[in-house]
Amino acid sequence: MSALEEKSVPVTLKVTRPAVHRRLTPVAIVYIALAALLIVGSVLVGLRGEVLLDQGGILNILTRATALGLVAIGQTMAILTGSLDLSVAYLVGLTSLIAAETMAGRDGMVVPGVLLALGVAAGVGLVNGLVITVLKANAFIATLGVALILRGYLEDNYTGPAGDVPRGFQHLGYDRIGPVPVAALLMLAVAALSWWYLSRTRPGYHMYAVGGDIEVARLSGVPTRRVIVTAHVLCSVAAGLTGIYLASRLGSGAPYVGTDAGYDLESIAAVVLGGTLLAGGRGGVVGTIGGVFILATLDTIFDDLEVDPFFKDVVRGVVLVTAVALYARRMMANRARGRLT
Amino acid sequence: MTSGIATNVRLKGISKSFLGVPVLQGVDLELRGGEVHALMGENGAGKSTLLKVLAGVHRPDGGTIEVDGAEVSFAGPTDAQRAGIAIIHQEFTLLPHRSVAENVYLGREPVRGVQVDRRRMVADTRELLDWLGEDGIDPTDAVSSLSVAQRQVVEIVKALSTDARVLGMDEPTAALADHEVELLYDLVRRLRERGIAILYVSHRMREVFDLSDRITVLKDGRFVTCAPTGELTSEDLVRHMVGRDLGEYYPDRAAPDDLGPVRLALRGAGNDRVRELDIEVRAGEIVGLAGLQGSGRSAVARAVFGVEPFTRGVVEVDGVAQRVTRPRTAVRLGIALVTEDRKGDGLALRQSVRDNTLLVRRAALRGARSRAKSDVKALLDMVTVVARGEHQEVRFLSGGNQQKVVLAKWLAVEPKVLVVDEPTRGIDVGAKRAVHELLRDLARRGVAVLMISSELPELIGMSDRILVMHDGAPAGELPAGASEEAVMALATGHRAGEAA
Amino acid sequence: MTWRPRLAEGTAPVLVVLLLLLVGLAIVGPAYDEPSGYLALLKRAAPLVVLAIGQYFVIVSGGFDLSVGALVTAGVVIAARLINGSESATVWVILLVLGFGVLVGLVNGLVTTKLLVPSFIVTLGMLLVLDGAIFLWTGGAPRGALSAGFRMFGRGAVDVPVLGKVPWSVLILLAVLAAAVLFMRGGTGRALVAAGDNEAAVRLSGGRVDRLRLLAFVLSGLLAAIAAILLGGFASVSAQVGDGLEFRAITAVVLGGVLLGGGRGSVVAAAAGALSLEALFTLLNLLGVSGALESAVQGVIIIAAVAYASLGSGVRLRLWPKQRNPVRPAQPESS
Repeated sequence: MSALEEKSVPVTLKVTRPAVHRRLTPVAIVYIALAALLIVGSVLVGLRGEVLLDQGGILNILTRATALGLVAIGQTMAILTGSLDLSVAYLVGLTSLIAAETMAGRDGMVVPGVLLALGVAAGVGLVNGLVITVLKANAFIATLGVALILRGYLEDNYTGPAGDVPRGFQHLGYDRIGPVPVAALLMLAVAALSWWYLSRTRPGYHMYAVGGDIEVARLSGVPTRRVIVTAHVLCSVAAGLTGIYLASRLGSGAPYVGTDAGYDLESIAAVVLGGTLLAGGRGGVVGTIGGVFILATLDTIFDDLEVDPFFKDVVRGVVLVTAVALYARRMMANRARGRLT
Repeated sequence: MTSGIATNVRLKGISKSFLGVPVLQGVDLELRGGEVHALMGENGAGKSTLLKVLAGVHRPDGGTIEVDGAEVSFAGPTDAQRAGIAIIHQEFTLLPHRSVAENVYLGREPVRGVQVDRRRMVADTRELLDWLGEDGIDPTDAVSSLSVAQRQVVEIVKALSTDARVLGMDEPTAALADHEVELLYDLVRRLRERGIAILYVSHRMREVFDLSDRITVLKDGRFVTCAPTGELTSEDLVRHMVGRDLGEYYPDRAAPDDLGPVRLALRGAGNDRVRELDIEVRAGEIVGLAGLQGSGRSAVARAVFGVEPFTRGVVEVDGVAQRVTRPRTAVRLGIALVTEDRKGDGLALRQSVRDNTLLVRRAALRGARSRAKSDVKALLDMVTVVARGEHQEVRFLSGGNQQKVVLAKWLAVEPKVLVVDEPTRGIDVGAKRAVHELLRDLARRGVAVLMISSELPELIGMSDRILVMHDGAPAGELPAGASEEAVMALATGHRAGEAA
Repeated sequence: MTWRPRLAEGTAPVLVVLLLLLVGLAIVGPAYDEPSGYLALLKRAAPLVVLAIGQYFVIVSGGFDLSVGALVTAGVVIAARLINGSESATVWVILLVLGFGVLVGLVNGLVTTKLLVPSFIVTLGMLLVLDGAIFLWTGGAPRGALSAGFRMFGRGAVDVPVLGKVPWSVLILLAVLAAAVLFMRGGTGRALVAAGDNEAAVRLSGGRVDRLRLLAFVLSGLLAAIAAILLGGFASVSAQVGDGLEFRAITAVVLGGVLLGGGRGSVVAAAAGALSLEALFTLLNLLGVSGALESAVQGVIIIAAVAYASLGSGVRLRLWPKQRNPVRPAQPESS
């Protein structure tokens, strides 16, 4: 044969990296980070002669995690589907008002109040979803626009807290079992339900598919529009649940309870911190809850250490960017490996 | 002969034209269960279009499709799927972050109550994988952890899971490494044993002879022949595929006096994709680089331009050894690359003709050179772009005019070495001729041109010398005016090195 | 359609909207019978327009900058604290504020391009960091006061022949706009848009995409600092002075027909979008629409504008630029 053949060298290079790196999923990293944070926090708080995870500490962490957790669960669905929702913060305020005003102190109106609040929330989600899928507006702008409309409504009609939640309904916000608030358990139940929905049902599967590659999903017969609308409705309903919970804690509705806490961007931060790709298609509720608990634990540690509360925002920003940078590096490494083998 | 096997699909007299240009004219094709049917032809022969007609993507203008003797008509891909026809396209359609089973049953997940029946999904996927003898893949693996070849298996499983009895594969080995190709062969044979009808689109001679039972050849959208593989020799095939009158006009080749010094030289250059290459291109010369898809032609172009640089050997520009590790360096050394994917990485489609023309000058050069006098109009006249004006967005131009803009953007920096990869793909005859003349004109002005094309008449008509590549390595060199048969013989590995 | 003015695509609608709003103002508001009324409008709009121009650079190159609102707040608060009423400190503090803006932009840009974190997250993180740091530094109640010299840029005016008294901020705005237009006409500006349109094409043309992106963030930071100086002229010093300005700036840019995701739109249109937004607020005020409904109207308008823009074919619908699908193999020869 020709001399050329002899010169041939292997055309492909096989590169295998230790499998250890592969096993650490973002979810695992989040919970390892959470555990590390709890340990470091306990030591730091312990140095002051106090205990981080005493009854008060646990209560503090869980209470902080409840409201943000609910919003973030919904946001997870929107982001997984390749979208996002900037209207949740105003929606939290709006639904707290609807619930509290409908109840107006009457025990008998608790159920109608809750249902009405959730119904309105679902309606807002439907509008978000339809503006994105039918009017084909970019999700960022669509939900920002809806947020502004909600804000206008709130500013026009309310100047401060309104409505009145019956005493019985306040149990939702304050009852606890040992150090564990009932509401936190309910939030975790919602998280579990969402996890089941995303990882065990067809609509959940389709959310991952649409977020992963909308064209592939469409070609495989996934009803992409319906999936996007569903994600937004569920996201808004989760925000509605948050509003109802906050109304029960505050005893009334408050128009800016969601925006003051910055739930729009904060929830996106929690989701991304939890390892969900901002572009969609990968991640999940479990990671998000981990992200929420990291943020809540940070706050509690700073409280215990009597660190200036504003310092926590600085730390949050740094933690968020660092985490996403780490995930991005892992993705790139995986991708490079995928190409070579 | 084959009377024992039921006919699964029969296409008769299929015609299809796009924008009045006939792409298929009265093509017949018959696919039978348990048979691998190879579809061959040069680029533009109509193979992909025929495949898409079969897949229900295109509706034929004329002709009939019969499945098991009954005439059918496909309104869309779903209809074809329902009729048991599945196509594996060159582009993969998998979600990287999802598992194998989730990808296979995407959009058709089995449910039990409200839950996805994951156990069944995994079991069914495993069954299909076992059936194919692919035990290296677990249904719960994430697709991103699989190799390219394994992903192809998943694509096939995805197709089979729709109960496909007819499987079309479009250049399935294009993305595979050598050792993976063998695995695919095995897989195809196993599919055949299990009674699947396979339409195998390829223009690799060896594959077709290794795998197929029958071969259909198309040429210029027409049916040429269909015969059992055993009755054909590779010479026959080459003749059937190529045999056409070379009535086309090409500009005069370079006279010996026109050739200047060596401008681009590769000495023992190689990387992951191509083996040690020795290529010299002189000023005034057009060197053709021939080879099949996957032979490493484009890899050479990308390496010269620093996209995926050479890791071994030397690259010399005007006699000086250079390290070209990124496009910016290449551009500054006077190397230009017209990529085969015009829209993907040649043009910024939403920008104007003017902005695209000035793109290289602005992006890569500094100061005075980047602000050189606004001769955009002269450049556009030179490449004969037809646009409503310099400010028209490039995406509204025809393919031919877009390609001329790509050339103009490089002319704007007066390159010494011009590498063109499929410079006339998908453009009309008039524009083609203009591009040919432009390339020759540039060569006359002292540019060294390295030209890649899968259209053999063009490559032969334009080149002063032809280098043929096969499997990432040079297979031989042919003089100007070599026959298509000679090129094909080297490119398909049919007579490796014989003509070298 | 034979007559076709040389406007970047998407510019014409916003100019029509702006014109209608200005006509509306002239009809409704007696103050708008004279140029001084429009000058006052321009003066009010100046900080937002400057911010929108900065945001334009980032958006057109394919990113987001959510940190500009916090950066404006930081600029104002830092200036007030450091100047503390002392006239002599004005100059160096102004330089410091501008430098701070550049620094923030540099960090945003470096993290985005080098660490491959989506700019949405990077600038969101920066927003949190800046907000926290401002509160941390001021304890929630900014102290100090701005000097008259500092405030002059936002509220002062200068005698210009023919026109009479023209506010400084208007002059600064015009200077920024002129510089931005020149920049966008130049090679680097065009390459920036091209990078937002097709990164691969720019890279394969020898361009340095990362540097272009970095430049966009730096410009955005610098212009946010300038906006802070202008805003300091007429807004009170508070830790909320820049709240929500990032979304307002993005709204303005989108209203100007600039495509989120990059690659299309002109800087003049972005500026016109910001001016339209401000004119809209003024008009709503004059019409007696309560300030509260303002944002609702704003919301309806941006949805309508974007929906209108996407009616035309070819507009990218996805929120994020498409990632290279890693499943697609790096084909030796793709076709």
